[in-house]
Amino acid sequence: MAYLFQQALNALQLGSIYALIALGYTMVYGILTMINFAHGDLFMVGAFFCFLLAVYLKLSFVPTLLFTILGVVIERLAYKPLRNSPRVSAIITALGVGLFLENFTLALSPYPKHIPALIEHTTWTIGTVSISSLQILVIVLSLVLMLILDFVVQRTKAGMAMRAISWDKTIVPLMGVPVNKIISLTFAIGTGLGGAAGMMYGLAYPVIDPYMGIMVGWKAFISAVVGGIGNIRGAMIGGFILGAVEIMVAAFFPSTYRDFVAFTLLFILLIVRPYGILGKPHPQKV
Amino acid sequence: MILSLCICGCSKDDSSQIKIGVIAELTGDIPAVGASCKNAAEMAAAEINDAGGIQLGDKKYPVKLIIEDNTGKADQSASSAQKLITQNKVVAIVGPNASRYALPAAEIAESGKVVLITPWSTAPKTTLDSKTGAPKKYIFRSCFIDPFQGRVLAKFVLDNLKVKKAAVLYDVASEYNKGIAEIFKEVYEQNGGKVVAFETYTTNDKDFSSQLTKIKKAGPDIIFLPNYYSEVPLQIQQAKRLGITTPFIGSDSWGSEELIKLCGKDCNDYYFSMHYAADASTAATKKFIEDYKAKYGTTPDDVAALTYDSFGLIFQALKTAGKNDRQAVRDALAKIPQYEGVTGNMQFKEGSGDPVKSAVILKIKDGKFTWFANAKP
Repeated sequence: MAYLFQQALNALQLGSIYALIALGYTMVYGILTMINFAHGDLFMVGAFFCFLLAVYLKLSFVPTLLFTILGVVIERLAYKPLRNSPRVSAIITALGVGLFLENFTLALSPYPKHIPALIEHTTWTIGTVSISSLQILVIVLSLVLMLILDFVVQRTKAGMAMRAISWDKTIVPLMGVPVNKIISLTFAIGTGLGGAAGMMYGLAYPVIDPYMGIMVGWKAFISAVVGGIGNIRGAMIGGFILGAVEIMVAAFFPSTYRDFVAFTLLFILLIVRPYGILGKPHPQKV
Repeated sequence: MILSLCICGCSKDDSSQIKIGVIAELTGDIPAVGASCKNAAEMAAAEINDAGGIQLGDKKYPVKLIIEDNTGKADQSASSAQKLITQNKVVAIVGPNASRYALPAAEIAESGKVVLITPWSTAPKTTLDSKTGAPKKYIFRSCFIDPFQGRVLAKFVLDNLKVKKAAVLYDVASEYNKGIAEIFKEVYEQNGGKVVAFETYTTNDKDFSSQLTKIKKAGPDIIFLPNYYSEVPLQIQQAKRLGITTPFIGSDSWGSEELIKLCGKDCNDYYFSMHYAADASTAATKKFIEDYKAKYGTTPDDVAALTYDSFGLIFQALKTAGKNDRQAVRDALAKIPQYEGVTGNMQFKEGSGDPVKSAVILKIKDGKFTWFANAKP
């Protein structure tokens, strides 16, 4: 029982990071129906940003989180000019931005980096279950960020505009909604969450390298698809499901089977619900 | 005499010097390895030339190095070997270092019938014929091979640490990690130990919490991590956060200064197996380390020491052969009775290019690698 509880904690930690990154994919897709392939690399840059600030500027934990959100700048430089171009151009640009970020970081320094501990490490042991301060921080911080996001999207005017744009991009501007501003805002929030996830990932797994975003990015993208891409609550659920499946498979089967069993389960889930858990089918109008 | 040398030495256009080729990873993914190899090669050649060269018959010949950069690519390694053999007509080749580059170069050298010594390639197949599995005739190395390390560590844990319950966590997608882990398990269990958890992950994984929780539940007395220096710190730090207090042990993939940078205090007091110890005590090793420090300003790493030994072996073979001839050098090299190198004593097994030598066990003490024991299985 204690073993199960310990593994559940591990699953929550991994799942909350997947969920945070998945939110970035799903928000951009929801509003532009474009998959932002650079998102995994933005996440990596978030981790490196955290490293630079922590090591060279000796900033404490809170400003690091704020600075990470500056990743938004990339959106303004790379995607904004292409707002009215065909969707394919935007996807290619996203791939290009991703490769640029990877190789730029690689050119600066190809060696893996170690992020120093920004908060005091303490491990509490209750019976045979060990809980670390870091685990609690990652889980609580991501839940708080997700709750804030949910509030913004469901209860504020900007959130209502986001939902409206994702519903119909052609009619909404006629109602006086500033579409461009809302799109930028969506990108900003998505990137910020990716950066925050990068920082938390860097704290939890403190060795970072320029290619770390690729695999995690794929997994977060899959989480978003499983939850129903475009649906914000779906992305959160998808992230936690993927984290739980990965951890639990390794906990009860030989760990070699982890990805194989995990992805087979997700595959079956998508056969049963092709639009994801919370996704709604959009019939094509001819 | 010189005339007779010219006649029997089939492959040289000018007989006034001995040409030795070096293939090093000067650029590409492991430039630090290539730099160490080149430094040690130049130092070895300079030392012998300062002494007047190598005595062949009644005359001394200087050594000339021809250094090729394989740019960290397998195809470039093969073409570098080809160029050294046919164009530069070298008598022997040292390098490449990493197994993935040593293998293609070794194929070319074997078919060209030229001695190739790789300082650092520990994969067994480098010196084996890819079709028959028999040892290659012209390919040698100055380091031990992976299965040897697995055996050494299993014995060390049982005999020196006197620990009977071990767990292993290794990268199942990497041949090096997998090979050592499996041999370790086999030898450990044959000799009365028990592997209570044998857990895997795949390259680039960062989260090991599930596997480590499983290991914690199995309750081992030591955890073996035959993984690369970039992953080991993550594994150890995550284990500590999960409340695991068991000591860890590692293989030569731990032996980079980067490990200390990434791990900090968390890796102190653990042991790992290595090719040589930079604080070792033999006179030859001390002299090598001092000379290297004086010349390049850094402590020589394992690649530098093994490259230096590769040259030592070739010089010795040339002296014994008494002529600047590829076949004669090969025959003399295979028959060297006992060579005292800076990485320890070595001797080639009958009909094989793999040396019989001992490993060292290093202990990480206050962020420094320190010699702990010599180990032979």
